[in-house]
Amino acid sequence: MSQVRAEKLVKTYRSGEIEVQAVRGVDFTIEPGSLVAFVGPSGSGKTTLLNMIGCLDHPTSGKLTVVDTDVASLDRRAAAEFRGRHMGFIFQDFNLIPVLSAYENIEYPLIMVQDWPEQKRRAQITRLLEAVGMAAQAHKRPDQLSGGQKQRVAVARALATNAKLVLADEPTANLDHDSAYQVLGLMKKMRDELGTTFLFSTHDPKIMDEAEVLFTLEDGRIRAPAAAPTPVAAHA
Amino acid sequence: MLNVIKIAFRNLVRYGRRTLLTSSLITLGVVAVLLFIGVSGSFKALMIGQFTDGMLGNLEVHRKGYVASIDNAPLNLNMQPALVKKVEQVLDKTPEIDTYSERLKFGAMFSNFTETTSIRVNGVDPAREAATVPLMPTRLIAGSKAPPLLKPGEILIPALIAQGLKVKVGDNVVLVATNLQGSMNGRTFVVRGVLEGASGPSGRDGYIDINDARSLLRITQPEVNEIAIRLKKPEQLQRVDAQLKRAFAGTVNQQGKPMLEVHTWAELSPFSSVVSMIDLLTVFIKIMLVSIVLISVLNVMIMAVYERIREIGTISAIGTPPRRIMAIFLSEGLLLGIGGAALGTAVSLAVIGALNAHKIVFNFARTQGLVLAPSVGLIDVATIAGLVVVMALLASLQPAWKASRMDPVRALGHV
Repeated sequence: MSQVRAEKLVKTYRSGEIEVQAVRGVDFTIEPGSLVAFVGPSGSGKTTLLNMIGCLDHPTSGKLTVVDTDVASLDRRAAAEFRGRHMGFIFQDFNLIPVLSAYENIEYPLIMVQDWPEQKRRAQITRLLEAVGMAAQAHKRPDQLSGGQKQRVAVARALATNAKLVLADEPTANLDHDSAYQVLGLMKKMRDELGTTFLFSTHDPKIMDEAEVLFTLEDGRIRAPAAAPTPVAAHA
Repeated sequence: MLNVIKIAFRNLVRYGRRTLLTSSLITLGVVAVLLFIGVSGSFKALMIGQFTDGMLGNLEVHRKGYVASIDNAPLNLNMQPALVKKVEQVLDKTPEIDTYSERLKFGAMFSNFTETTSIRVNGVDPAREAATVPLMPTRLIAGSKAPPLLKPGEILIPALIAQGLKVKVGDNVVLVATNLQGSMNGRTFVVRGVLEGASGPSGRDGYIDINDARSLLRITQPEVNEIAIRLKKPEQLQRVDAQLKRAFAGTVNQQGKPMLEVHTWAELSPFSSVVSMIDLLTVFIKIMLVSIVLISVLNVMIMAVYERIREIGTISAIGTPPRRIMAIFLSEGLLLGIGGAALGTAVSLAVIGALNAHKIVFNFARTQGLVLAPSVGLIDVATIAGLVVVMALLASLQPAWKASRMDPVRALGHV
């Protein structure tokens, strides 16, 4: 069963009299456990597509099924609950909560989004901190960490609730070359260990080569199916 | 919830300077209000004490219509012995009443043998009067303050008359009065003391023994026209007032109309308007406090939301329910309110303690050496602290609501 399925997905923004079609009727399917990249130039619709998959934005038309749920019909509250239950997010600017330590940032969704008991919480965070190589920096605040370290913490936070799907919008854009590869390596590792599906957007050609499935977007359409391994079908 | 409060607390610490400034403003407001309540309350209590314990008593009972013409001290509205007995029975059965003093008031001519002026004479039982208005001796600016208050044949005269007629303690004076039947009678008295000036009709009040008064007026029955009451606890004034009014409502004349009226000291003294003014000022100060808290917390919370739009977008994106986002911002406002209220209360209590330790002495009218003893009751502290916390919470409501309703996509894209 597919993890994400889009059919004739359209997103149109209106600003006064001006209408902009950010996504123009795309169809694709993403299978569980994939490492998928949406690539394309700025304004091609990558972020809009990720926002819709992440239930942060509603499609204007078309059908979007994520983890067997028609997410287009979710209201604000239900969407938040759905995100909290099934998804993790990694941001370009890391977006860690500045007043919390690395440990507490990973703990945040376990307390504020899901109510995990303390013992289970501690075991999960310790495991994730070790998995992302941040155990030694657990009690440091974001302003005491490098960009790469922050993004490692962000990956751990995204995986804290055992999310089935992790969405990352330009996760390596603010990282140096080495850190970017380390983060991608980490995402692959976590995918292998946990079976989590990772979807990320990028416009860096070197980074996109690391993806196992590639969707190239241009003017809101998926250009052509990229040479990608197995479980993906895409057609514009 | 504890985690929400922890995050809220850390956010306040993150913007330390702003938090400090807002807390200081709230603290300052709380200190201003509590100090005002404490000092004005002390002043008010002292002044009320001067009137109730030195002159009026807490409550007074008269024949119906007497207070309307009290300046003339009419004798045709005396309470006859049977009526006095009824009143005494009610007063004796009221446990809140400490004691009471029966008075026979009348207008008379006062003469020093060369000059004459009018005086309002109070015939009193010296022992009962001293017990009912225990500060009466402190009002003496000349003469002995030692008990008894008066002996038969002696008179306490007001400063107004003593100065006007150049009468001193020990001088002989004459009182001439007209009784109810229209016959005049005169009697010589020795001045025992001079009472300080008082505002209103009380400024011409003199005191003699009640038996001398009856003799002067040729009244053979134990009639009185005023009964001053002292309560065990002055704060029970309104309750006892209502209780006595209810008890006397059944005492009616042949036409079925009530024969008695009860008044509190505030209804009889012009000083009550000053008390009302102090109470009104307290209300205005409280309104100022509410405004300070509302504006400062609202300002700081609006800024907090504006500066953390991306952060709100992040926590919303990862699935934080809107009510929890709202709870974080409400908690920040709540903590500001609690912190300001707690600090303000602590500072106020410390200042009040210091004022009491320092013993500030002041004079009021001719009463000298009054010691200011500011104090705030638990109810006042709880009311002000509660008001501050509620206002802080209310002020945070709109920014918190805005934060919880924020569109995560827009918030994440905010620069």
